Formats: sequence, structure tokens, C-alpha cells
Amino acid sequence: MNFTVALAQIKPKLGCLADNMALVEAAIDKGITAGADLVIFPELALTGYFLKDLVPEVALRLDAPQIERLKELSKRISIAIGLVEVSADYRFFNTAIYLEAGEILHVHRKVYLPTYGLFDEQRYLARGERFRAFDTRFGRVGMLICEDMWHLSASYILAMDNATTLICLSSSPGRGISGTEELGSAAAWQKLTSTTAMFLNCRVFYCNRVGYEDGINFWGGSEVIAPSGEVARRASLLEEDFLVAKVEEGALRRERIFSPMIRDENMAITLKELKRIDRENNR
Amino acid sequence: MGALTVNTALLRQILVGFVRDEVTKVGLHKGVLGLSGGIDSALVAFIAAEALGPENVYAYTMPYRTSNPESEAHAKLVADQLGINYQVLEITPMVDAYFDLVPNADNMRRGNKMARERMTILYDHSAEVGGLVLGTSNKTELLLGYGTLHGDMASALNPIGDIYKSQVWELSEAMGVPREVIDKKPSADLWAGQTDEQELGFTYRDADELLYRMVDQRMSREELIDAGFVPDFIDNVQKKVQGSHFKRRLPVIAKVSNRTIDRDFRYARDWGK
Repeated sequence: MNFTVALAQIKPKLGCLADNMALVEAAIDKGITAGADLVIFPELALTGYFLKDLVPEVALRLDAPQIERLKELSKRISIAIGLVEVSADYRFFNTAIYLEAGEILHVHRKVYLPTYGLFDEQRYLARGERFRAFDTRFGRVGMLICEDMWHLSASYILAMDNATTLICLSSSPGRGISGTEELGSAAAWQKLTSTTAMFLNCRVFYCNRVGYEDGINFWGGSEVIAPSGEVARRASLLEEDFLVAKVEEGALRRERIFSPMIRDENMAITLKELKRIDRENNR
Repeated sequence: MGALTVNTALLRQILVGFVRDEVTKVGLHKGVLGLSGGIDSALVAFIAAEALGPENVYAYTMPYRTSNPESEAHAKLVADQLGINYQVLEITPMVDAYFDLVPNADNMRRGNKMARERMTILYDHSAEVGGLVLGTSNKTELLLGYGTLHGDMASALNPIGDIYKSQVWELSEAMGVPREVIDKKPSADLWAGQTDEQELGFTYRDADELLYRMVDQRMSREELIDAGFVPDFIDNVQKKVQGSHFKRRLPVIAKVSNRTIDRDFRYARDWGK
């Protein structure tokens, strides 16, 4: 179906659940007013990113009142949003939830927690264990959280699980200033989102945040990428924005006719070779 | 060589946004800085004026009796061009009063004392006007340790601490810092005729080319030599970086509890902001 997506390029406050919840509700209202069918928020939209020891203090159970409120709102617009989730056994996850028609349709726990350079996620967070696509009223969707997308296998699995839409929630710090037009991290991401869409014949919705935390900027630049890899729309860099874009089902259909790589993808060969590598590695 | 060129429009946007965001999120809207007449503080004044509005920037020139009068003239030039609040506060009486008590101090101790005297004045004015002290140390100085701990290195926010001197020059050109300030030889102006490059024994341009490869690109010593850097120069700079690392860290705390500040009690400074 044709539908309208909104990317809420917001600036969360570090560790302030109530303030961020207000920000999120305002953006949801804006999405509804703009006639959007789906609104996407960044990674850790409800909490901010460099949480460190705040992780347990801002974590929510999936039955928390804030989530109940989002469920209620999802009767009017579908929502993808990032938060810290605490499980019953007190593990803390960098989680994205997808809500629609009053229900949580899917929970994705970030699998690849970057712990290098300026990142320290694995110190504070537990690792997710799966990539699963799920059905929505817009077709089959796969969710990724930031670093997940830098692992080819993650997007590949979702595409093989028949996702035609990839949603990536991100809190990407801007870095790598040089003489070129783009910030290093922005340029790298733009290659990645576009190439992923092109390889897998999927549309990609990339929602990145803005603002500063302890001097580290988040560069925004949220994108709607067509299944051809073409950037359909891009939000502003480094500034708050609210991108509303029409998504045409026909573009997906046509791309899958022109470039049927995913149809021709041979999972049996991939699996056979991966199993061989695994066997050889364990010899 | 020449790997340090930056997209000045983008850099300007990030640094201006940084000052605006980090000042306003703590509930303030003013910035305070020492304006020496040199390029680093001039650039920070330009960034702050754009971020906060010139009426919210408070700049102070704090000369000692041996300071070069040209420095004050250049500082005033910058302040006038930007239309920021500007005041000259002489530190001679306080510094001389102290050194009357300890007359044997060498140039280094005198210079450090002056830098710390200026720091106390800036922090006092930050309390007076209700603004944050903006740092003016660039990445080259910070890495080489060419600054006074708790003196000119002290600040609440530093917009230029991650850009090299060469990039300070480039951005200053783009933002319209007065020509005289850009073209003059960098000097801490602690005694007559002093220049940074003479004291360091190499030029900032050379140091920047080396530091960029050593720090940002993590090139090994062998790779640096292959790239044309003289081994003695590499070792000299490496020694300065390592030897001054204490200046870039908080005081070391003896750990006895289970949660020690900054060791296993870890929060961002923007906690709750």
C-alpha cells in the first residue's frame, strides 16, 4: 500500500524520561496532523544516548505506563521508537519497539553493541540475540538499531526473512571533519543506507537524532531511501527536523521487477558455505 | 602533507551549535572568556557571539605590565568588531603583590601565576554575569601540554579543543577574524618577545601535520618516518604528549570504595540536561 512515513529527528534530553516522553508525544501529534501513517524515532529516543550508569535508572519494563501510553497512541499512527528495556531477570537492552493498532508488534534488542572508540555500550547493556522480520499494515518490516546495520548479515537476514522495509533507529555521533563536503560519519552512513537498500531491494527508513551530549554532536540527516538505493528525502543536518514523505508501493514493485537480486539470492548456498566455515573453524 | 584542511562551514555550524546547546541546556545564556589578543581567543569570541548573540558574550583582557601593548589593541579590535561586552582588568597589582613575597620565581612560575590569576578573574566574572567560562586552548596546545594547568586550560566548555592550530587559522579566516590577529606570530605573551614556536622549537604547522597522523590516524613510528618525519622530531613531540598527559586528566583519586568517582561512578556531565 501507499503510505506516509514521518521521521522525528528529535533532540532527547539525557536521562530525562518525562521530558522525552513529552517530546515524543508532541512529535506523534505532529505526525497525526501531517497525515502520516507511521512515525519513526531515533535509537534511545526516550532516554538519550551516553547514559553510562544511568542505564538502570531510565530502563522501562515493556508493561511500563509510558509504553501503555504509546500503545494507546499507536491506534492512531504506527510507531517505531528506541528505549532502554529491562527484562524480568534485570538485563538491560538497547531496544526498539514497533507499535501498531494498540499492540507491540515487535521488540528488537540491539545485537551489535559498539564498544570501541567513543562507544562503550557493552559495558552497560546486554546483547540481543535475534534478527526477525514481522508483518505490519505496510508489509513485512525489519528493525535495526544503529550499529546493527554495519553488519551485512543483519540486513541480509531480515531481507531473507522477507522484509521489504528496513527501519534503522540511530544515535550516530558526528565526527571526522575534513576538507570534504560531508562529515566523515555522515558520508559513511549515507553510503551504507543507500547500498543496503540497493543490494536487498528494500526501502530503508533511517532516523538519526540531533543535539549534543558532553560535546558530542549527533548529526541527524535522517533519510527515506527508495528500494533502488536512491535517496528519496533527507532531513537537515545537525538541526531538529520532522521529515514527512510519501512512500509509493509501486516503487518497490518496479524495483523488484528490474533488479530481482533478492528473488535470485540462493540461501542454500549461503547456508552450506557458512556451515562449512563453521565446521572448519571448529576443527 | 596538508591533511588538515577542513570544511569550515560545517565546522562552524558544529562549534556554534555546541556553544549554544551546552550553555542553554544548563539554564544559562551567557559566555565569559579571556581575550588575549591572540587568534585562539579571538576565534572563540567569534563562535560565542554567533552562538549566544554579542550582547551575551563577556570578554576580558587581563594584561600584566610586561604584556605587549599590541595584544590589548588586538583584543579591543576583536571586541569592537563583534560588539561584545569588553573590559580590561590589569593583573599587575595582584601578581606583583605575590611575587614581592617570593621574589626568586623564574619566568615559568611567573607565567603560570599570571595564567591562574586570569582564571580566578574569569570564574569570578562568570559568577557575576551568570555565564559559563569558555576555554580557548586548541588541540595542538592541549596535546603538547603547552598551557597552564588550572590556568588558561581551565574552562567549562571548550569549542576549539578538538581542532589543531592550522584549523584554527583556517576557521578564523572563514569567520572574519581581523587580519592582524591571524597574521601575527602566536605568543603566550608572558615576557617580551616570546613566541610559542621559538619556545617549542618547531612550528605549529609541522607539529599539526605530525600530530594529526600520530593521534588521529594512529600511524606507527615507522609509518611516520616513511611519511617523511624526522625521528628526533617524532620522539620530541611524542615525549611532550606523554609527559603532559596529567594535564588533560582529572586529579587521580585513591580507590577504596566500590564506587569511585569517574572509575565506576560514571555519568555524563550533561546528566539530566
